[in-house]
Amino acid sequence: MKFKSLLVGLGLLAGASAALAEDPLKVGFVYVGPVGDLGWSYEHDLGRKGLEEFFGDKVETTFVENVPEGADAERVITQLAKAGNDLIFTTSFGFMNPTIKVAKRFPNVTFEHATGYKRSKNVGTYVLRTYEGRYVSGTAAGMMTKTDTIGYIGSFPIPEVIRDINSTFMAAKSVNPNVKMKIVWVNSWYDPGKETDAANALMDQGVDVLIQHTDSPAPLIAAEKRGLRAIGQASDMSQFAPEAHMFSVRDNWSPYYINIAKAVMEKTWAPKDYWGGFSDEILTIESINPNLPEAVKAKINSTFAAIKSGELKPFTGPIKDNKGNLVVAAGHSLTDVELAQVNWYVEGITDEIPH
Amino acid sequence: MDADLIVQILFAAIKTGTPLLFIALGEVICEKSGVLNLGQEGMMLMGAVVGFLAAYGSGNMGFGILAAMAMGSIMSLIFAVLVLHIGANQVATGLALTIFGTGLSAFIGADFVGQTIQGFQPIAIPLLSDIPYVGRILFSHDILVYFSFFMTALLVYVVNKTRIGLTLKAVGENPHAANAIGIKVLRVRYLSVMFGGAMAGTAGAYMSLVYTPMWVEGMTAGRGWIALALVVFASWRVGRIMLGAYLFGLASIMHLVLQGLGWSISPNLLAMLPYVATVLVMVIIGADHFKEKLLAPRSLGKPFNPRNMA
Repeated sequence: MKFKSLLVGLGLLAGASAALAEDPLKVGFVYVGPVGDLGWSYEHDLGRKGLEEFFGDKVETTFVENVPEGADAERVITQLAKAGNDLIFTTSFGFMNPTIKVAKRFPNVTFEHATGYKRSKNVGTYVLRTYEGRYVSGTAAGMMTKTDTIGYIGSFPIPEVIRDINSTFMAAKSVNPNVKMKIVWVNSWYDPGKETDAANALMDQGVDVLIQHTDSPAPLIAAEKRGLRAIGQASDMSQFAPEAHMFSVRDNWSPYYINIAKAVMEKTWAPKDYWGGFSDEILTIESINPNLPEAVKAKINSTFAAIKSGELKPFTGPIKDNKGNLVVAAGHSLTDVELAQVNWYVEGITDEIPH
Repeated sequence: MDADLIVQILFAAIKTGTPLLFIALGEVICEKSGVLNLGQEGMMLMGAVVGFLAAYGSGNMGFGILAAMAMGSIMSLIFAVLVLHIGANQVATGLALTIFGTGLSAFIGADFVGQTIQGFQPIAIPLLSDIPYVGRILFSHDILVYFSFFMTALLVYVVNKTRIGLTLKAVGENPHAANAIGIKVLRVRYLSVMFGGAMAGTAGAYMSLVYTPMWVEGMTAGRGWIALALVVFASWRVGRIMLGAYLFGLASIMHLVLQGLGWSISPNLLAMLPYVATVLVMVIIGADHFKEKLLAPRSLGKPFNPRNMA
């Protein structure tokens, strides 16, 4: 090992990173869904491909898809670490504890866990400010609904999803004071059958704009069939619902993956809690449907620009929860640490958070 | 809840119950002949993936359904040869078929995950669909739902009113007696098992072509097991299976509907249902006095070998 780093040092002296090219950085990815989900895991895989494209043969990547959250995840992560990967990205909330556990046993491997909050010497976390995308979604949904009822298909009641539900509702309310939101939990990230049932159950109850926190295009397909509207999640889903699709909030991971791989190569990596959103272009708005009214299109663009520039911060007080407590003081904007702990619904959401 | 919502819920219950109806209709015929096939889930998944690939490749939905039926029958034929000819244990072979089908379908479909097709469009039946409430609930579905109505009616008639039905029941109740009066027991059982396979394939095609027009690994999500429980629930009566299928369909969407209305029920409880029901099936098959009460075919699960007749 020492001899190797000596060589690397010499190589660096001789001419930048030429020596590194001989020993590619091995990077492993663990996905919760299939890469063909055309949503969350698909975008992570595009991020992986972006990494390969950027570094060429200086990186070697592998991935394991469809990994259930739980005991199986630990086995898969261990396998990747044993296979000599230097850097492993675990890309779902439920991989948090397995990642921390495996990281302890492989102190020389760098781990990056998406959407979690537990870090250690060799585990960093990265989170998308999906609530920024939700704020744009909620704004557009609030303007578009004719029944004043929008629907939210939830996966699991974890902080990320609760945060996004609040952001969506606050945004909708800001443009439509009469708006109501119905929330249905499907207890899965990817189950097209369940997502279809949930979408139909919501539309049966008067919902005419669907927002989903699950990864398949099934809700969009269901909305298209009934001539109602929906917003794409994680990737550009416009192809599945040419009429119903309003726009998609896309996750764009490759800039982050490139930065982290660079840091590991240059040995400057340290465990951080990274939050990326519109301003870093880690989160983007794609394929705004030309069939939307001009006013809605303009509002989508202006809301996006205001969040991107930092002028609009969705979680700025005063905000009350739905039990009447003041949860964000007037003038205060929630910090990232506070955002990670949101466990209340804002005023006006009539549901209870399931436990 | 207003009338419109109730109509919508019942409409959705029929849609959700239809795959269960197909698969349970197949299984009840299979069980009436005295063969217990626990491979429903595997046959259904194979039907779903092959049906999807055929429809995706050819652009013809009808061809997709035929391919799914054929695939289901081929899967059940493997099962039939093993248990009827070689005399393998029916329960173990059926479970093996499920595991086999789950794995193979995932392998075959891997490259097609996430592709979508234009599913069947609903057809409103003229006149009938204009009946208030009932028309919307029953007569504005897609063609496969109507096919399931037709199959139910056909099977009720065949099983209860025809010589074929009588033969089937004779084989399932007392294969030795049936054999003695010249019925070809194994042939009847082969045909019944393969009919079950074709229906399971149709149920799979319904999932991947109509319900969510796409292929996803494991997309049948335990429906094959629910169908097994349904057969017991219906005490092996074809007509009651339809009722049971819609009840199970209703149960599986009800927690989503109730959530939207602001109620909360743990979906985990409902997720257990198929497995609890499967355990129940095993208990009933084990206990003879239960069979009498529930009208289970008396030779269910027992192998028949004409050469062993003394």
